Amino acid sequence: MALLPARLRVEKIMKNSVEIKNLDLQFGSVKVLQDLNLDIGKGEFLVLLGSSGCGKSTLLNCIAGLLDVSGGQIHINDRNVTWAEPSDRGIGMVFQSYALYPQMTVEGNLSFGLKNAKLPKPEIAKRIKQASEVLQIEPLLKRKPAALSGGQRQRVAIGRALVRDVDVFLFDEPLSNLDAKLRADLRVEIKRLHHKLQNTMIYVTHDQIEAMTLADRIAIMRGGQIMQLGSPAEIYGRPINKYVADFIGSPSMNFLDGHVENGTFEVGDLSIPLDGYEFVDASATDGPATMGIRPEHVVTGELVESAPFQVNVEVNLIEPTGSDTLVDCEVAGHHFRVRMDGQSRVSVGEKLRLGFAPTRASLFDANTELRL
Amino acid sequence: MTDTSLTPLTGPQGPKPRKSFSRRNIFLYGTLITITLFYALPLYVMFVTSLKGMPEIRLGNIFSPPLEVTFQPWVKAWSQACTGLTCNGLSTGFWNSVQITIPSVILSIIIASVNGYALSNWKFKGADAFFTILIFGAFIPYQVMLYPIVIMLREIGLYGSLGGLVLVHTVFGMPILTLLFRNYFTSLPEELFKAARVDGAGFWAIYTKIMVPMSLPIFTVAVILQVTGIWNDFLFGVVYTSPDNYPMTVSLNNIVNSTQGVKEYNVNMAATILTGLVPLSIYFVSGRLFVRGIAAGAVKG
Amino acid sequence: MSSTRPNQLFRNKSSKIAAIPMIVTALFVFVGGTIWTVVYSFTKSGLLPRLQWVGLDQYERLWATRKWLVAIENLAIYGLCMLVLVFVIGFILAALIDQKIRFEDTIRTVILYPYALSFVVTGLVWQWILNPEFGVQNVVRGWGWKSFTFDPLYNADIAIYGVLIAGIWQGSGLVMVLMLAGLRGIDQDVWKASRVDGIPTWKAYIFIIIPMMRPVFVTTLVIVVTGIVKIYDLIVAQTGGGPGISTEVPAKYVYDMMFQANNLGQGFAASTMMLVTVALIVIPWTILEFGGSKHRD
Repeated sequence: MALLPARLRVEKIMKNSVEIKNLDLQFGSVKVLQDLNLDIGKGEFLVLLGSSGCGKSTLLNCIAGLLDVSGGQIHINDRNVTWAEPSDRGIGMVFQSYALYPQMTVEGNLSFGLKNAKLPKPEIAKRIKQASEVLQIEPLLKRKPAALSGGQRQRVAIGRALVRDVDVFLFDEPLSNLDAKLRADLRVEIKRLHHKLQNTMIYVTHDQIEAMTLADRIAIMRGGQIMQLGSPAEIYGRPINKYVADFIGSPSMNFLDGHVENGTFEVGDLSIPLDGYEFVDASATDGPATMGIRPEHVVTGELVESAPFQVNVEVNLIEPTGSDTLVDCEVAGHHFRVRMDGQSRVSVGEKLRLGFAPTRASLFDANTELRL
Repeated sequence: MTDTSLTPLTGPQGPKPRKSFSRRNIFLYGTLITITLFYALPLYVMFVTSLKGMPEIRLGNIFSPPLEVTFQPWVKAWSQACTGLTCNGLSTGFWNSVQITIPSVILSIIIASVNGYALSNWKFKGADAFFTILIFGAFIPYQVMLYPIVIMLREIGLYGSLGGLVLVHTVFGMPILTLLFRNYFTSLPEELFKAARVDGAGFWAIYTKIMVPMSLPIFTVAVILQVTGIWNDFLFGVVYTSPDNYPMTVSLNNIVNSTQGVKEYNVNMAATILTGLVPLSIYFVSGRLFVRGIAAGAVKG
Repeated sequence: MSSTRPNQLFRNKSSKIAAIPMIVTALFVFVGGTIWTVVYSFTKSGLLPRLQWVGLDQYERLWATRKWLVAIENLAIYGLCMLVLVFVIGFILAALIDQKIRFEDTIRTVILYPYALSFVVTGLVWQWILNPEFGVQNVVRGWGWKSFTFDPLYNADIAIYGVLIAGIWQGSGLVMVLMLAGLRGIDQDVWKASRVDGIPTWKAYIFIIIPMMRPVFVTTLVIVVTGIVKIYDLIVAQTGGGPGISTEVPAKYVYDMMFQANNLGQGFAASTMMLVTVALIVIPWTILEFGGSKHRD
């Protein structure tokens, strides 16, 4: 398949596909992106994740060349494209609002850019055929976008990026306009597409589930800067600061404000032993800190006996979600949530024994909020 | 993150260099400036002509600024220019226009806003049918309804009076204003209306206490639309009033196009500016609201 | 609220009372007035309306009258030129202004101000500027081009084009504003997509943006056309229908017949023809816009 040679090109291995160097962007006096550096490997699936206004879409638009940067460079495929037109950068882009050309058929949408680039007709036909096969939109080719469902429109939009036969795909919140079920379906499809094509993909979203399921690496952004860059497991397991810890995971992490003293974490009248906790800096000193424990890392029932730390609580509130049951309680004066199996029988007012392993917890400096 | 930040960057970086005198910019601004001048020119010509004396006009060029500024034409246009019958200038027409415009604007807005309110929140059976007829009415050439209205006004004894003209302006302002208010009231949250009803407020109480105070911007748009529209009207003024009651536009036309005597172009231009002054001031002061009025008028019903 | 079931007629009473002016206007003035005029166009009304049937006589006479034929011809020339030019100018201006230019507000304000002026004022200004003795012709001759001739208002063959200049000056700002609103309503992602696809701007306008603006174009078309059919004040002020009858238009014909020639029947027939013209535009538009609402996105 003509779409596959991208994989062959990967042989120049370990060359980066996209490199962003010292990127600045400001509108008037407002700094949107600040001294941003990011290298994205060939065939990598990178997700830019953050809440609205963090600069993630802006960064993507800079990479695409749709925004003129204020400083720094952008390289794509070892070529400095800082001043290049979007169409000359070797990228394809998929937009949240699909941005299909409404008065053209699906086929017209796919071919318009190619025709304009004066590609020979058989080549255009071949590419459209391949793309529509991959995306299963062949029956739709003669229709206009208005006659398509949201999911179909987004497939066409992906197809328009696909026919460009480029190495880098940019996705700007492509699934945000779809309903929950379609979103889950298309998510899987994008992942499958990535496996098949092995292109570099940069994907902007505010949905952490999308980020976790799709990404090879996630870049969490806030205030125009990258907070943490790492694999989903790293970001989930070892968040670099309290913001990331709080942002990732649903229900969100429980935080206990206390202080570290001689290898234990003291909060209220509890002493939580920190044996086995991997400090970022081994020489970390004692002092005020916040401990974060994910609700799903707390155990109940027979498992409690094997947990290094145990505590008795009273159930304040129950939120059954079907698959899980969330239990609200209080630990050392802090609001605390526990995720239990949906089958568990608990009731409000019941006494419950909880246990968790400090090795799976996170510790943050109370002042800098950085991971200890 | 890598340590590329330590090595100095080479090659293109930062914003794409742009020439401020690129071909594109020269074309863009050149075209816009030329066109803008074309549009501004008549206003300028009006002004300079109105400030010149007749001898200077006969000799000079209409685009050149006045060598000797005189306000005599303005004075004459206002109080002495002849309309063919009388020589009272534009002042009579001005005051007639004021007397026509103010009640017409108030009456038409009150009626249309209540209509729009009834159509958006208190829809009754058949309301939409009447509204559709009303909107279609906006497209019917006025000439078609000109004479039937003469008969109607004659029947109620208002033909030839200012009151009759006020009524005509109210009727013809109704389609667009009703549309404007209906669309605006429909866009307000319905919960507000429901909450007021639960609190026991009725039709008029909700209108005066909730809808009107919340709708100041749309009332402003309506006022702008109506004042300019009614002030600029010529046809209805000519048809439905008698010469004593002619609005300013009609007086202006009579002054300028009256065939008697020597043509005094400077007085004519002063009179023209005077007539255009009210809508122009509204336009320049209200800016975006004026545009919003046009756009609202243009939006399909 | 009382517990007894209220009479249907009095349900929502206040609302119905409030709507009386609208109902009266719609039924009596708009529907009633229109029907009345159409009916009386088949009568022998002269100074006063009389119900004496003459069939299509008034229409036969109308179409045999030179003044009416000239008026129709003028309306066609003026209308067609106005329509094309005002759309081209209005769209190009809107597209230029949409290029994130500086002084946007100033330029927009200047282009739109003529629309705030009355047709009488517009007509008189352009009458002055086009005056051959003092206006543009005189100025150009003053520069040394002695044979330069530009006197549209004094030349019966081209007088209607003199009116056209004034009409365009007055009306293109409106089209510009509507088009600009349309352009600003286009999803910015579509522009981005076309840039990624490498489509040149002019091509994007023609093949993507303009097709997307179809509703705006149609609405503008209806507004401009109904405005053209009504044209009256501009003619009265700028040329008075002259020289001779060279700039007569239907609306003026109607007025002259009704209020000066005491020939009401002719006026009714002529105004009915105007109604038909507008109906030919408005009815297809209504069907297009509101009838086939099934396939709109």
